[in-house]
Amino acid sequence: MSIPNDSLNESYSLNVNGTLREVRDAWLGESLLYVLRERLGLPGAKGACEQGECGSCTVIMDDRAVCSCLVMAASATESRILTVESLGENGRLSDVQQAFLDAGGVQCGFCTPGFIVAVHHLLDQNSDPDDEQIKEALSGNICRCTGYGRILDAVKVAARGRRDGVGS
Amino acid sequence: MSVVTGSSTRFGALGSNANRPDGNAKVQGGFAFSSDMWAENMLWGATMRSPHPHARLLSIDASEAWKIPGVECVVTADDVPGLPNYGLIMQDQPVFARVGDTVRYLGEPILAVAADHPETCRRALAAIKVRYEVLEPVTDPERCIDGSAPPLHPDGNVFRHQRIVSGDQTIIGEIQVEGTYEIGMQDQAFLGLEAALAVPDTGGDGVELYIATQWLHEDRKQIAACLGLPEEKVRLVLGGVGGAFGAREDISLQVHTCLLALRTGRPVRISYSREESFFGHVHRHPATIWMRHHADAQGRILRIESRMVFDGGAYCSTSPAVLINAITHTQGPYKCENATVDGWALRTNNPPCGAMRGFGVVQACFAHESQMDKLAAATGLSPVEVRLRNAMETGDRLITGQIMDSVAPVERCIRETDAIPLPPPMPMDANELLVPGGTGLTALPSNIRRGVGWGVSIKNLMYSEGFDDFSTARCRISNGAVHVKFATAEVGQGFVMLAQQIARSVLGVDDVYLDPIDTQVGSAGSTSASRQTWMSGGAVDAACRAVRDELLDRVATARGLVRQELRIDGTDIVDALTGTRIAVAEVIGDHEIDHTVEYHHPATEDLDENGQGNCHVAFAFVAHRAVVDVDPDLGLVKVVQIATAQDVGRVLNPLSVQGQVEGGIAQGLGLAVMEEIIVTDGKVRNPSFTDYLLPTFLDAPTVDMVLIEEPEPKSPLGAKGVGEPPCVSVTPAIANAIRNAIGRELPRVPVRPYDICL
Repeated sequence: MSIPNDSLNESYSLNVNGTLREVRDAWLGESLLYVLRERLGLPGAKGACEQGECGSCTVIMDDRAVCSCLVMAASATESRILTVESLGENGRLSDVQQAFLDAGGVQCGFCTPGFIVAVHHLLDQNSDPDDEQIKEALSGNICRCTGYGRILDAVKVAARGRRDGVGS
Repeated sequence: MSVVTGSSTRFGALGSNANRPDGNAKVQGGFAFSSDMWAENMLWGATMRSPHPHARLLSIDASEAWKIPGVECVVTADDVPGLPNYGLIMQDQPVFARVGDTVRYLGEPILAVAADHPETCRRALAAIKVRYEVLEPVTDPERCIDGSAPPLHPDGNVFRHQRIVSGDQTIIGEIQVEGTYEIGMQDQAFLGLEAALAVPDTGGDGVELYIATQWLHEDRKQIAACLGLPEEKVRLVLGGVGGAFGAREDISLQVHTCLLALRTGRPVRISYSREESFFGHVHRHPATIWMRHHADAQGRILRIESRMVFDGGAYCSTSPAVLINAITHTQGPYKCENATVDGWALRTNNPPCGAMRGFGVVQACFAHESQMDKLAAATGLSPVEVRLRNAMETGDRLITGQIMDSVAPVERCIRETDAIPLPPPMPMDANELLVPGGTGLTALPSNIRRGVGWGVSIKNLMYSEGFDDFSTARCRISNGAVHVKFATAEVGQGFVMLAQQIARSVLGVDDVYLDPIDTQVGSAGSTSASRQTWMSGGAVDAACRAVRDELLDRVATARGLVRQELRIDGTDIVDALTGTRIAVAEVIGDHEIDHTVEYHHPATEDLDENGQGNCHVAFAFVAHRAVVDVDPDLGLVKVVQIATAQDVGRVLNPLSVQGQVEGGIAQGLGLAVMEEIIVTDGKVRNPSFTDYLLPTFLDAPTVDMVLIEEPEPKSPLGAKGVGEPPCVSVTPAIANAIRNAIGRELPRVPVRPYDICL
């Protein structure tokens, strides 16, 4: 990976998905989203607005769901970062991932990883959300294909599974 | 007809909610969208765009950019080896603006650079000096009709002028209603931004392009022409597509990316930002539509007069076809043979407009459905009754002279929608998230007025006016497995899943392997016009049937059975004479069979000078009823419920149809109350997701739907396309509901807060 030729280059490490990852000679202007995608081989977080409006780039940073397009990568060296790639075990789908497929919540799929991360975050805090709580928690994630109906169903399916002790 | 629905449906076959073959990758984040493409030694590309809507390009000085370490290439119009222009209908759009010529919209590409990092590209563009002589922009399309605008292009300022003159022009209705309606410029706002990776061939005489598009072969034709290469030297592979909705029909970064790759001899990726995306693709046409309906005292439509003006912006794109769709749908889903329609699609210095879901019919529908409510008011009929009284039926003659020969369950759409229960009134202690405007106690439940509104529509399916938009599919049995190949752009709608369902149903196998989607097979036509289930579904079905027929021929010969008695049932070959069952899986390992089939729809005709001709292939219908809560003082709207009954022919995958209906409704809601590209003096003022508002989870209404299954005999699978109808009439349904709540005329969409409260 090449770099712009100026003095604003540094090497640093990021704690991503439980592993310390070295970022070498990176331009300090790079967002966490860019570094995850272009330097660390983790393309799951997507860029669709670059200003924190659409949620496609959602990752978990120290137990908070954040838009990785708004985080300077080099400022995140002290944080624990979890991306969609950390979900599920041994390549198997997480309960939320499976619920999105079962409920028809996936069309083009571009918003999907951001939604999956946001839903995990929601259900980890509240496994029994009502419809309005789901909608509010996910109102920072834009989907242009589904109209949100099948995604609402997917969240409810996943929540029910957790309350019934299935999956997760 | 190979469709089976209901509980007996085999999982994965037609009629079932099959697994998406791309599903696991999409939920795990591993699905490769075109913006995820990467190659060893790859460069980044970036585009410089005009900051003026109309200007003469005087000079380009890129010398400072070449001095920046990491900058590998700068290309301008002088570097385009083939045709300087491209375009879907008229080749009028320059790959890059040429020095000495004019730029015609803000955002027109001037040049492109390639460098080692996106930031280096940004610095290179900042170092390039471009001089312009700024010219007065033409932003009012009426000036292109009255002739007061200067010619903006050698091809003129009129993309198309078409009239429809049909039936008796002298009819004067006992009741007349009229209005002038405006539709704002909507953006497709797919989430997956434009992106492409071009990889040059060794030796530099060809290129491979990984691209998110709606039509690989049309892209290839235009790219090859501009590159001056034979088509076989330009190979396109579908990169994962993050939504399309019409915005990927036209060329955007395709030629630029290939040029940079061929010039540098290295792979090049261009990825647009959201802001650039607003300038990089066409939008839904803003339109002004005047309509007058003549009716008898019973509310029956006798004659329609209309004038439609579509602002096509700087370049042609699909404007002529959009206009034809609009004017030929003037009557909506209602009986009427007498009409005078005058339609214009015009060139201005506004952003270029072209395809978006609904393709001209959205604009016409907002006008005719606004008119239907005026007709209801003028006759004292309810909005439902006036629509039922005029409901179109199979066999009706349209204003184009074409006879409606599609299944046309308009009355049923209306009645089934009407039967869906209305939602309860908003409780006075409603969760503030459900109140118009949402949280913050901005609207008080006691101040809310509820309204109910209707919209009913007709939408043509497939391409029109003599265009043979065929589709190709290949099916083969090889090494005991079934493979299907096509060039159909999967944009999210789920065609990859449907293709597998078709193959499973026809061939009686469970495992169906899909070959890569690329130009190594014949064209599939565009993923647009609600056409791929019918067209590519028809092609896959025909290819699989050809393979099945040969397989049964061979099995009959090999086993001494009577061919005519063999059929596939579930996963078995059944001999009707003996009742013998042979598992398909048991025999396919013995055969290598390969068939490629083109599917063509029935031919259509051009319109004549009076707008007469059998120009459309088929039609689908839908009814929408909207319930809204409005705060009349603050101008805030909450869409509470959309009830809908849609004519779908056959449901081939229930969850997919449901998803298309709900998604289309959300986009129509956006046009009704929030989505508009605001253009002032040719300048886009809101090219971001902060300022261009999209429906969020909290804006999405409850959707209660009925899918009407009356199989379409002309359709190979009995199904009609379901993509566009959901977003056509929901917009006027919502506008009519707001009118019903507050009693204002509201002649334009989106309805803005100040249209309601000031």
